[in-house]
Amino acid sequence: MKAFADLYWQLDGTTSITEKVAALRDYFRSAPAADAACALAVLAGGRQSRAVPLPLLRREAAAAAAIPLWLLEECYAQTGDLAETLALVLPPADEIAVPAAAALVPADLGLAAHVERLRDLRNEKDEEAIGAFLRATWRVLAPRERIVWHKLLTGGCRVGVSRTLVARALAEVAGIEPAAMMTRLVGRGDEGAEAFSRLISPVASAADDLRPYPFFLAAALDVPAAGLGAVGDWQAEWKWDGIRAQVVVRSAGVALWTRGEDLATEAFPPFATLQRRSGRKRVTKGLLAEVPCVFVAYDLVEEGGDDLRALPLGERRARLERLLGGAGATDAPFLPEGDEAVATGRLFLSPLLAAPDWAGRAAARALARDRGVEGLILKRRASPYGSGRTRGDGWKWKIEPLEIDAVLLYAQAGHGRRAGLHTDYTLGVWEGEELVTVAKAYSGLSDAEIVEVDRIVRATTRQRHGPVRIVEPSLVFQIAFEGVAPSQRHKAKLALRFPRIVRWRRDKGIADAGRLDDLRRLCRTAAPTEAVP
Amino acid sequence: MHDLVEVTDAGLYCAAGDFHVDPWRRVPRAVITHAHADHARPGCDRYLCSADGRLVLRTRLGPGGVIDCLRPGESLSINGVRVSLVPAGHVLGSAQVRIEHRGVVWVITGDYKTAPDPTCAPFQPAECDVLVTESTFGLPIYRWPDAATIGAEIDAWWRANQVEGKASVLFAYALGKAQRLAALVDPSIGPIVAHGAVTKLVRAYRDSGVRLPPIDGVPPGARKVGHGRVLVIAPPSAAGSRWLRLFGPVSTAAASGWMQLRGVRRRRGFDRGFVLSDHADFPGLVAAVEASRAKRVLVTHGSTEAFARFLRERGLDASVLPTRFFGETPPGETAQPEDDADGTGDSIADNAGADGAGTRAAAEPADDAAGALP
Repeated sequence: MKAFADLYWQLDGTTSITEKVAALRDYFRSAPAADAACALAVLAGGRQSRAVPLPLLRREAAAAAAIPLWLLEECYAQTGDLAETLALVLPPADEIAVPAAAALVPADLGLAAHVERLRDLRNEKDEEAIGAFLRATWRVLAPRERIVWHKLLTGGCRVGVSRTLVARALAEVAGIEPAAMMTRLVGRGDEGAEAFSRLISPVASAADDLRPYPFFLAAALDVPAAGLGAVGDWQAEWKWDGIRAQVVVRSAGVALWTRGEDLATEAFPPFATLQRRSGRKRVTKGLLAEVPCVFVAYDLVEEGGDDLRALPLGERRARLERLLGGAGATDAPFLPEGDEAVATGRLFLSPLLAAPDWAGRAAARALARDRGVEGLILKRRASPYGSGRTRGDGWKWKIEPLEIDAVLLYAQAGHGRRAGLHTDYTLGVWEGEELVTVAKAYSGLSDAEIVEVDRIVRATTRQRHGPVRIVEPSLVFQIAFEGVAPSQRHKAKLALRFPRIVRWRRDKGIADAGRLDDLRRLCRTAAPTEAVP
Repeated sequence: MHDLVEVTDAGLYCAAGDFHVDPWRRVPRAVITHAHADHARPGCDRYLCSADGRLVLRTRLGPGGVIDCLRPGESLSINGVRVSLVPAGHVLGSAQVRIEHRGVVWVITGDYKTAPDPTCAPFQPAECDVLVTESTFGLPIYRWPDAATIGAEIDAWWRANQVEGKASVLFAYALGKAQRLAALVDPSIGPIVAHGAVTKLVRAYRDSGVRLPPIDGVPPGARKVGHGRVLVIAPPSAAGSRWLRLFGPVSTAAASGWMQLRGVRRRRGFDRGFVLSDHADFPGLVAAVEASRAKRVLVTHGSTEAFARFLRERGLDASVLPTRFFGETPPGETAQPEDDADGTGDSIADNAGADGAGTRAAAEPADDAAGALP
């Protein structure tokens, strides 16, 4: 545990990429394989679950620290991090009393063994036994190890390190190219010591048979499209509103991976998933009927065991059309949201836009919102299938967001770096003489503005409901959003999609804010079906 | 019946003796707990401070005003009120003010710490009926590691920076923390260099008889200092300044009690944060309150509400001392980079918000100018 905690704090304590990679490399080289496998899963941000109910954990910590529970809550309000709060209030290890009956914890227990213990703890229902477990563990952990352990305990262990850096470090350990390591890492959870040893072996393993390739991500287009060069060099497709996925069909079987690198094969017979369905292990028949799925194919990265990623897109597309044409797939049509007629599990080909010039493509893009798509994707026909977010060969040419001015109504304190500052805003617009909430937004303000807004929030608080403050309406923010959908969550009966703050409109008073009617007009229940241009 | 000490527009005031303690504005007679800018303001006619704090206070105040002194154990009668000063262990010359009148004893702690510090006299508990205590770090998340442990961490950081050819820049409050750090580190590692704001107080410390390792100033007109081996001690206001460029590549760190919190460490944006405070931690505060045997406790600065409630639940008559500062300030604000890296300066901002920050900003530029050479 100490080695992993050291790694955690090394990564936390530096912004230097070289230092982060060095820390990771040194850890992976020296840690026992079982611990390393476990650490890798944590670093990859894999799903973790809570091993103990939070109220019980708080009570036990307050009791061990001999402080009242309310004081623990005060501390939590100051740090904004429960794992840290608990670690800091607890007395030094040797002052923690462990019940005589409790099983002792070895002082040098490794990460994997700790995680294993936490897994077992999930089945423990006896509060006294859980309390004894906690105390026995606190007894052997230094404060900096406790924070990391608490994060594992509460299922919120996140480390600020990207997949690319982890791959670089592991590639150094294995003595292979970072790109090759990236491929080996895709979709990997904690697969144990043996799998980790294979991972850092210089030779690729057959056990990785159903792993997908790293996804190639398009960057947002920030120059005029016409500036990209000859229109013929660029393939244009609709940017559908869905979940990116990769289907792997090999002799070992079939697997469907989402862009978050979750294995979603089970969630979608035969494969795709949609928003409401992802994240669920089992999909009921009812859900299948309610939220039908289609799979739209864009690209072919492997065929007959050959990695096609280095081929130009034009050629990959031709192979894709041959393959799917043979399977009877047709171009994906525009479909109204919630249309019962959508054929579950149908496989479509992503249609190409035929428009012969940039003006024609711009015109098509302007229609995207009506069609229920997010805009266009532009890909260079001569480009290979890249890895990660490499700029230059793929662009998202999204439609301009919609905007409205909204008034700050509620504010809530943030966590982590923004702990103690009110950074989560609930915003509203006018409905008659009343302001009604329509969106929650987090980002878009500078650090200085956040501090200033925080001060105003504190000074103009009308009422407090736990962490939420209802403020005197005075601040107006320009917010951007992607669309308006009907919703039962807000009083306004509609909700904005992806709302975010563009800027603080200091020049506007609350009377200048937008009206709910403006949003109602934008609220679309179904997209018109039209032919593809 | 009036209390022996009350809060007025000018700060804590003893009407029976007609004097103020750490007044916020100019008054005829000021009893000073210590020389930090938020406690000792220039412009009063007479000051009373501890004998070992005299030179430091004079350095801070500049010329003007008469400074009277008391040694430990001595007392002075001011208009029939008996005043004595008890070491507070915060910085050199820091004292608790003991006020006795008609058999009632008040003690005003000022800022204090209970942990040992070789650069000042150790904190001594003072028994009283009413205790006015600070509570800058009045939450149980604040429990300080041993100073020697922190000293070893700083030494290790300094050595590692030398290997990389970087100067080690340590931001700390110019009065107290800077000298304590100089005394804490291992001077055999390399030369110690200090900002002008620090060196003039180093002089006052040495002249007061405190032993410190050699600390160099930066000569006017210097172009390059230290060649990556030095430890630089500077006030936080020097962060990002041109003055720092003299040292070439640097690693930066802050030494403060606030560094206990990960969020603060990250927000400050220094490479390292060392947990070293000149204020008492939570166990220290509780121990000091207990040792005073006071039945009534008034709490000021920092986590006042929580600390007072905690004491009430332990059976004491504890409440928040109302001050001129209103509103609440979260750690997010006390932790802004323009604040002191030390809890000292922050403690006023805790209660003051923008007001406190302004007060300190007005008090500190003299320091910055002195150090901003060439």
